[in-house]
Amino acid sequence: MSALASTASQVIELAQEFTPAEAKANAGASSAGFAYGLAAIGPGIGIGYLVGQAVQAMARQPEAAGQVQTTMFLGIAFTEALALIGFVVFILLKFA
Amino acid sequence: MFALEFPSIDNLVKWPEYLFEGTFAGFNKISLILVLAMLIPTVLFLLAKRDLVPRGIQNIVESIVEFVENQIIMAAIGPEGMKYLPLLLSIFLFVFFGNIFEVIPTFQMPANARMANPLILAVVVWVTFIGAGIKAQGFGGFMKSSLVPPGTPAALLPLMMLIEFISTFLLRPFGLAVRLFANMLAGHILLVTFGVLCITLWTLSPLVVVLPFSFGMLVALTGFEMMVAFLQAFIFALLAAVYINLSIHAH
Repeated sequence: MSALASTASQVIELAQEFTPAEAKANAGASSAGFAYGLAAIGPGIGIGYLVGQAVQAMARQPEAAGQVQTTMFLGIAFTEALALIGFVVFILLKFA
Repeated sequence: MFALEFPSIDNLVKWPEYLFEGTFAGFNKISLILVLAMLIPTVLFLLAKRDLVPRGIQNIVESIVEFVENQIIMAAIGPEGMKYLPLLLSIFLFVFFGNIFEVIPTFQMPANARMANPLILAVVVWVTFIGAGIKAQGFGGFMKSSLVPPGTPAALLPLMMLIEFISTFLLRPFGLAVRLFANMLAGHILLVTFGVLCITLWTLSPLVVVLPFSFGMLVALTGFEMMVAFLQAFIFALLAAVYINLSIHAH
């Protein structure tokens, strides 16, 4: 408990060295990486699964490859949007 | 540690104005790229002859038109969507030439990495799919088919209508614009990162041994960005076609 209190007081002391603008910039910079990293997990799994299934479909039925490919790109576009919104959040946190 | 000085975001996407400085009509590099992206396809299409047996530039133009016809319109709408060919072809070529200037030396800036440009294109698509839906099904029919999913219980109707309204009329254009914008900005920042890394390594004598890897990565990413520029133009036009298809066909 005392360790926790001393850590908290250290954090407060550390924070008092910054002006509010600097503290905001630091918090933004450190959370920007987390924002993009977390946003990339789901779409990463999703696109991997999607392309894997599409390749399987094309291997099983090569004559439908064109249609599968178009649908695959559509699915990628929708899945990727989440990661891209995460990237926009990263830009906003880091630079705005 | 490596004295790596990354330029600020304003340095990467804001350009000084060549003409009409400071006014509403300020003409900078982005405007120049947009004008070129409009002129290049127009000149290509005017130069192409309309012969029965295509030669030279007519081959290129015909293969572009056939690509849009087969891969975008036939795949997403079907034969009745052929009347949207001029719109989708213009969108595809404008987005593609706006993107491809990302890797062309002396420009090296994708015009679509500024939010205004994808946003206007998304608004054009938005107006088109709403207009096409109202024309095909009438205002009431279009609202019913786009807001009420078939088989919704009456108790859930208000909630479903709200969700469908947000996803159809707000998130579609937003997603369309953000997808293009973020892809292009990410690609631009990636290229800048490796460019800055190459320059920094060149000036630091002991670390110059890793320069070939960094430079190889820069070259590889340039190729990758050419693919992304094409793919994003394709996806933008394809999604426009899909949205038009969803609004002209009642489900």
